Amino acid sequence: MVPVHPVPDTPPAEAATLEGRTVLDARDISRALTRISHEILERNKGTEGLVLLGIPTRGVHLARRIAERISRVEGVDVPLGTLDITMYRDDLRQHPTRGPHRTEMPPGGVDGKVVVLVDDVLFSGRTVRAALDAMNDLGRPATVRLAVLVDRGHRELPIRADHVGKNLPSARSERVMVRVEEFDGHDEVSIASTTEEA
Amino acid sequence: MHKHLLSIDDLDVRDVEALFATAAEMHDVQNRSVKKLPALRGRTVVNLFFEDSTRTRSSFEIAGKWLSADVINVSAKGSSVSKGESLRDTVLTVAAMGVDGLVIRHGASGAAQQVSQWTDAVVVNAGDGMHEHPTQALLDAYTLQRRIGPLEDKHVVIVGDLTHSRVFRSNVLLLDKLGAHVTAVAPPTLMPAGVTAWSKDAGFSTSHDLDEVLPEADAVMMLRVQRERMSGGYFPSAREYTVGYGLTRERLALLRPDAPICHPGPMNRGLEIAADAADAAQSAVLDQVSAGVAIRMSVLYHLLAGEGSDQ
Repeated sequence: MVPVHPVPDTPPAEAATLEGRTVLDARDISRALTRISHEILERNKGTEGLVLLGIPTRGVHLARRIAERISRVEGVDVPLGTLDITMYRDDLRQHPTRGPHRTEMPPGGVDGKVVVLVDDVLFSGRTVRAALDAMNDLGRPATVRLAVLVDRGHRELPIRADHVGKNLPSARSERVMVRVEEFDGHDEVSIASTTEEA
Repeated sequence: MHKHLLSIDDLDVRDVEALFATAAEMHDVQNRSVKKLPALRGRTVVNLFFEDSTRTRSSFEIAGKWLSADVINVSAKGSSVSKGESLRDTVLTVAAMGVDGLVIRHGASGAAQQVSQWTDAVVVNAGDGMHEHPTQALLDAYTLQRRIGPLEDKHVVIVGDLTHSRVFRSNVLLLDKLGAHVTAVAPPTLMPAGVTAWSKDAGFSTSHDLDEVLPEADAVMMLRVQRERMSGGYFPSAREYTVGYGLTRERLALLRPDAPICHPGPMNRGLEIAADAADAAQSAVLDQVSAGVAIRMSVLYHLLAGEGSDQ
């Protein structure tokens, strides 16, 4: 069977043009991911029952890198999957319809597992809320944890991250942009002020 | 994407790609234990069917339900339609209940288009007379693409009643959009007047000789022979049709073993398609049914989930 490929993602044009101040460069990101990988292992006391789920788009790439690091340290390939949250967003009605991304469960599923959700930025917490709902329809993990590269604050829901690459105090009007090599061509976290209210 | 899906002409290639990509995700939902996505929660979809249908109606119903929409079926039989209500009054009545989407099948060509002018609801054409059946064409092309890859430069043979078939009409439009070459095969009596101009315009070729075109086909679509046509003098007998245009066991041998066989259903086994062909490993008939749900989920999602689909 020939898979039908989803429409390829393209980085938003604004991300390429909007100037910002670099907060993390490629090496900072690499170090942060290495630390997060170790934290995950420490917290879980190894790789037993561990499943990594990346939230598209950039969370998927970050999850893969964390899995690679864990594999290097422990010699074990942790099950890796992706969890799309498009259909579960609470603002679905407020935007033109967007096509969903891939949801790919690892072969063993998530039932009874320790799932670590991986995303690039934690902001309002609404993405994570949607991810928890999406997970609910796919199985019942023993534990769900959250790893993010950047926590920029301004939570609107009672949600917190277990593993954070960098806490980045920001104004609500500022834009935090995470770029990853696999998708944007290079690794960078930057912050830019916008005139419009975000 | 347009507000409604009335014709394949409402879609450009990017729309089709987006619909297929979403359908691929929806396909995975069919294999889950919880077959439910919340995307259309709070939306109401009415299946308004003025013609008999089992698979299209149930396919739309399942699609709507798996997306968490409230789905109501209204069929002409046993409704106020049988009491003489006009199409317009039926549509206005249903729309006045606060419906977000109307899936309509009607025996009159252009009915869906007409209905879309009477209501603010999103209208999806589920077959209108001899005009179009866009979701069928989408699911056919999607099924083929999953089997044989991108359809660009692929040769698709469509066999059957070109004059009356809305499935044919929609398929020709879509396959041309996707870059496939279509050869339409039918007895001269089932080719419409002016088919030469039409085929030139729509970019397909025609033939009366199935045996000649089958060996070169990358895929073959058998259209259903509507039994009511037989009394219309379009062909002398069922047997005669089968001999000339049925996908018989002997013809199956002419077809490449990797060329999928499609049929929109319901099949007249022994008439346009032999059991050997319908049940062959290369038959895509059941794939089409499951693809139908995925495609209709994708269509309902794209038309009803986002901004602008509110009344």
